[in-house]
Amino acid sequence: MDLLGHYNYWIVIFLMMAGLYTVISRGNLVKKIAGLNIFQTSVFIMFISFGYISGGAAPILEDGVSLYSNPLPHVLILTAIVVGVATTALGLALVVRIREAYGTVEEDEIHVQDEDF
Amino acid sequence: MQHHRILRVVTKFFLPLILLFGLYVQFHGDYGPGGGFQAGVIVAAAMILYTLVFGFGNATRVAPPAILRACSAAGVLIYLGTGVANMLLGADFLDYGSFVPDHRSHGEHYGILAVELGVGLTVASTLLLIFFAFAGRSETEDAD
Amino acid sequence: MITAITIIRLRDLFAVIMLFGLYSLLSAALFVALSAPDVAFTEAVVGAGISTVLMLATLALTSRYEKRPAHRAWLPLAVVLVTGAFLIYGTIDIAPFGAPDNPVHQHVAPRYLEQSGEEIGIPNVVTSVLASYRGYDTLGETAVVFTAGMGVLVLLGGAARRLRRKRREE
Repeated sequence: MDLLGHYNYWIVIFLMMAGLYTVISRGNLVKKIAGLNIFQTSVFIMFISFGYISGGAAPILEDGVSLYSNPLPHVLILTAIVVGVATTALGLALVVRIREAYGTVEEDEIHVQDEDF
Repeated sequence: MQHHRILRVVTKFFLPLILLFGLYVQFHGDYGPGGGFQAGVIVAAAMILYTLVFGFGNATRVAPPAILRACSAAGVLIYLGTGVANMLLGADFLDYGSFVPDHRSHGEHYGILAVELGVGLTVASTLLLIFFAFAGRSETEDAD
Repeated sequence: MITAITIIRLRDLFAVIMLFGLYSLLSAALFVALSAPDVAFTEAVVGAGISTVLMLATLALTSRYEKRPAHRAWLPLAVVLVTGAFLIYGTIDIAPFGAPDNPVHQHVAPRYLEQSGEEIGIPNVVTSVLASYRGYDTLGETAVVFTAGMGVLVLLGGAARRLRRKRREE
């Protein structure tokens, strides 16, 4: 069991749980979206650390470099970052509309107004 | 009004540099880090900076939302068009090598350039459009 | 990590957003340290730039402070701790960090690295994989960005409403 070799994954798991906790426990919608972004970024860190090779250079072909880091996770994460910003933008637009419809962005106040229906 | 003036002068100085850097990143995505996405976001960020300093009215006069919508769609169409052009030349969809059948790597290079152009165009115009949608909703003049 | 904890605790949303920008910048630095300059570039511009600006714009349209939570959050804390424990248990069998003979580095990735020079001929392997080997995925991603833009326009009405109001005032 290689404990010390895994400490970076534990850091990633901590960040993931921090983001998850923000989404679950806080009622403010903007904070929830921030927590979601924290979660996403921690997953990106995990993927990039999967693709890392000790002593490897960036995956740009050059003379004199023999060991490159794995380019495949880089490509996936590039796409994921852009898709993440797209969903964040949509989520924030929804929050603005919710604020105009209900007058608040706190989750419990929204529930109260919904139950009055 | 004093600090607004400083912001305006500094922004006028930096904005062309940022746009130039974005253009550089777009076309040098083959040789160094970069490519369509990064370039698109940099250009959008430059325009957002312009909006923050010079006001929403000026910004929409420089980049009207109708043109931005057209650019956004045009970028996706450029991407699709490249793929369809490959199909028209008899190869598979998005098989860029068919552009120059003797030197497949040259064809791939052209294809990648065209595709990254489409991606950069769509990303820049869409992000700017999203920002304008948010800024257009606020009651105050400054989109801060 | 410290920025993540502070984001949870603070109630002044403006400070939360600033800290979020800092978190993105630190992640970008981490990506550079992990030999991923492309990803670092994108994360720095997108996370510390666009996401922060959009959240600030949302803040300008909503309230700045968060309400104090009405009840102590024991259940979410328990859920998070249990999930974290399971995930840590899952990492015991993970391959060691950075070893060259990890399963993820076999099969496809060496082929891309070796063949990309002759087949495509551009130095940046990430771009060649993104735009040529996996070009179909990038097409889908561009479509996603476009669709998100259209979605935001449907929700927030573009800039046309404000322009029309201005023209009516003039």
